[in-house]
Amino acid sequence: MLAPVYHVNGLTTIIRERLLPVSGNVLARVQQKVTASEVVAETRWAREHVLLDVARELGVSPAMADKLIQCKMDDELTQGAEIALGRGLFPRSVRAPRAGRVVVVGGGQVLLEVGESKVELRAGIPGTVIQVIPNRGVVIQTSGGLIQGMWGNGRTDAGTLVSLMDAPDSILTPGRLDVSLRGFIILGGMVKTAETLQMAADLPARGLILSSLNPALLPKARELKLPILLTDGIGSLPMNSAAYRLLSTNAKRDVALNAEVYDRYTGSRPEIIVPLPVTSEQPLPAEYITFAPGAQVRMRRPPAMGMIGSIVSIKPGLTVLPSGLRAQAAEVKLENNETVLAPLINLEVVG
Amino acid sequence: MPTSLVTGNSLLAIDVGAANTRAVLFDVIEGEYRFVAAGVAPSTAEAPFKDVLEGARNAIQTLQNILKKNLLDGSRNLITPGQPDGSGVDALVVTLSAGSAVRTLVVGLLKDVSLESARRLTESTYARIVDTISLGDARKPEQKIDSILRTRPEMVIIAGGTNGGASRSIQRLLETIGLASYLMPDEKRPAFLFAGNNKLVDEFKSLIGSLSSTLHFSPNIRPSLETEDIDPAELELAQMFITIRKKQLKGLDALDQWAGGHTLPTAYATGRMVRFLSKVYGSQKGLLSVDLGASSAVIAAGFKNKSVLKAFPQFGLGENLPSLLNHAKLEDILRWSSLDIPASVILDYLHQKSFHPSAIPATAEEFVIAQSVAKQALYLAMQTARCDFPREAAFIKPTLAPLFDPIIAGGAALSDASRPGQSLYLLLDSVQPVGITTVILDQNNLMPMLGAAATQNNILPVQVLETGAFLSVGTVVSPVVSAKYGASILKAKVTYESGAEAAVDLKYGFLETLPLGNGEVGKLSIQVARGVDIGFGPGRGVKGVSITGGALGVVFDGRGRPLDLPSDPVRRRELIKKWNWSLGGG
Repeated sequence: MLAPVYHVNGLTTIIRERLLPVSGNVLARVQQKVTASEVVAETRWAREHVLLDVARELGVSPAMADKLIQCKMDDELTQGAEIALGRGLFPRSVRAPRAGRVVVVGGGQVLLEVGESKVELRAGIPGTVIQVIPNRGVVIQTSGGLIQGMWGNGRTDAGTLVSLMDAPDSILTPGRLDVSLRGFIILGGMVKTAETLQMAADLPARGLILSSLNPALLPKARELKLPILLTDGIGSLPMNSAAYRLLSTNAKRDVALNAEVYDRYTGSRPEIIVPLPVTSEQPLPAEYITFAPGAQVRMRRPPAMGMIGSIVSIKPGLTVLPSGLRAQAAEVKLENNETVLAPLINLEVVG
Repeated sequence: MPTSLVTGNSLLAIDVGAANTRAVLFDVIEGEYRFVAAGVAPSTAEAPFKDVLEGARNAIQTLQNILKKNLLDGSRNLITPGQPDGSGVDALVVTLSAGSAVRTLVVGLLKDVSLESARRLTESTYARIVDTISLGDARKPEQKIDSILRTRPEMVIIAGGTNGGASRSIQRLLETIGLASYLMPDEKRPAFLFAGNNKLVDEFKSLIGSLSSTLHFSPNIRPSLETEDIDPAELELAQMFITIRKKQLKGLDALDQWAGGHTLPTAYATGRMVRFLSKVYGSQKGLLSVDLGASSAVIAAGFKNKSVLKAFPQFGLGENLPSLLNHAKLEDILRWSSLDIPASVILDYLHQKSFHPSAIPATAEEFVIAQSVAKQALYLAMQTARCDFPREAAFIKPTLAPLFDPIIAGGAALSDASRPGQSLYLLLDSVQPVGITTVILDQNNLMPMLGAAATQNNILPVQVLETGAFLSVGTVVSPVVSAKYGASILKAKVTYESGAEAAVDLKYGFLETLPLGNGEVGKLSIQVARGVDIGFGPGRGVKGVSITGGALGVVFDGRGRPLDLPSDPVRRRELIKKWNWSLGGG
């Protein structure tokens, strides 16, 4: 059976595609070295529109209104700019209520795009641009440590990692946060209160790497501007030992925290990258492999959810689980030396 | 033995679900089509695999290991047609439910008329309504445009205007939607289904035709104010759904080519099978199929002159699990649990399970949580679907479920349970059937596959159904009554073919069973207490009615309808354990 791979890798090659949500200008070039916060592409995006019914305003037919309209598609209009002027001794005029760009003209109507804002796409990881995707974005390659997360709040940043964790089951409380942490990416544990999140945002910290978060705090975490990544999920889960070891040993190093939203279909996951210099190119991590004895695995569900272990043996055929269900299963020896029976579908290989 | 009209073509059916992909072989054995074997593999629509064909190949591989014959060639392509050496198959059909619910904009003229019909049509597939637009919508046109751009619908369903009726209003709505579509990048423009005034088809084509690569048309779903005709549009919508999915899911196009274009949404194929069965086995009662899986809860009901098909992604047990709390409180889920589990554990479960929809309960506690969540999801699905059941259906009380016979249950949550009693218990609590009904477990989730197979071979479903591919759980008697706990509400007697008898005195609040094995028939006689209704009117029993047996024989659910669980948690958990034991659930 094929096993998905959960990446916790001390040194590997990382290739990531970074794309604008709509077409725009790509600023980076192939072979360009970029930092995580560098803008690699940009576009303008209007979230609002204004529809002006010129025919109705001027009291004329749509065909007549089209003749009277003075603007055309893609014209940039200032607020108050004249769009159409009626006829007669005291002609009425139609003016742009807000500054904007003309996107449609016809049928006696004009549609303006207003409230345009600039969208900047940052590299997200430091590395080298190996491909430009015209009008959409870039592909960046780097080397270093890679730790995948389960949940992200959609933000991204980079900075120096500071660990406030004493153990994988540490709880991050407001009392652990002070002004000396301003501008750092904080490795915390579980967060149970909104106050902790708010304090981290107020410092401001550059980001939070947590093991888990109280589900009631998810809306708050989505609102905050600083990136928040959960390595193990939602609830009260300690950090898995593989992620904890790698992250805590990389404290004081610069890391890129890409807390993008997990998308099960595209495969994009929140992740932490620890850029490291290499003398020779590292192999790309496998996306999936076959379950086999000896493989290091993470338990996705109880028993021992989140724990790391290694497969002792894969049971032939279907095995009856303690739940009564029958499934392909493996004996897994956990790091605490306990051996548990787990269905293969509940496991992912760590690598 | 019935005369075979079969020419001997084997048929492989593949169901690509959100969690699992199943490959099932039907072939002619002794002159009749039979279910031969099934192979299951994890679905591969999601990362890291991102190719549904891989999961299909793995499922076929599992199947060919069971069959000890080759269905795939050396390049892992399907061998078709069947070869003289026994390898390969003659035909393939595919059903699909994998993928996120399709974001849908529903457009109609009048809120309570065409918009309502369009909503009902939308609910027949795996869709999530992100916005609705109608004449009564007070938003300015530009606000509607901004809303469409913000919600990014992948599909637009338009109804409105009676045939030959006024057209100006619907044209105005189309202009707004057309403008919004024009402003979207080409690749993000939605697919359109026009199911409104048939006089406007040309107008629709000229307004929207250049703005979308996927335009579908169906006969007007609201040809007059009084008439609703959704069935033809459901097929069109099913086809449009597959077109959308082909763009989203790698490998589906290739799989569809293997199937010669015979790919249907799983929900639609199930609905087709229910319609077919209603016609074949039609009675005064309705026929109900429930399918609870990772992608959605599907309720398909066939009545005398109407069928109802509802796919509810919001009640699926996969990626949408946290959104269950938009429809229910944690206490609603906890009330089904036999264990004292903190609400926070359930909350964590909903979130964590949504990350791994294919994961299964490995521990006893996890199983109880999974069953409690499944009960609440199916309960909500039934309650929601009930609103669209026809008023003419046979009811004991209009506030309860209609009379159904049989009830067919499938989907991973129901078919994966290790004992049929666990599945039945889940059904009794969530569907809350009334009267006398047969419960059938679709252990191999064949319903949609048979519905899809009917497009290729209409003899196959009939013959497979008659050859024991489904597991009969038994006959269930659920009286409608409210009484004091422990009060006698009915006395029943089963007379076996041998002439032997077994009797039960059912008390309010109890679940009882009488043995009647699979394939056995018996005569059931019931005397009811005053006010108790088992579908023949209050206080009226039944004498010598023929029933069929099943894994649990005859089950009597004396807990009343609607099911009213004790509010005291300790007492409730005690009872739940007792009821579970009564059905052999353990």
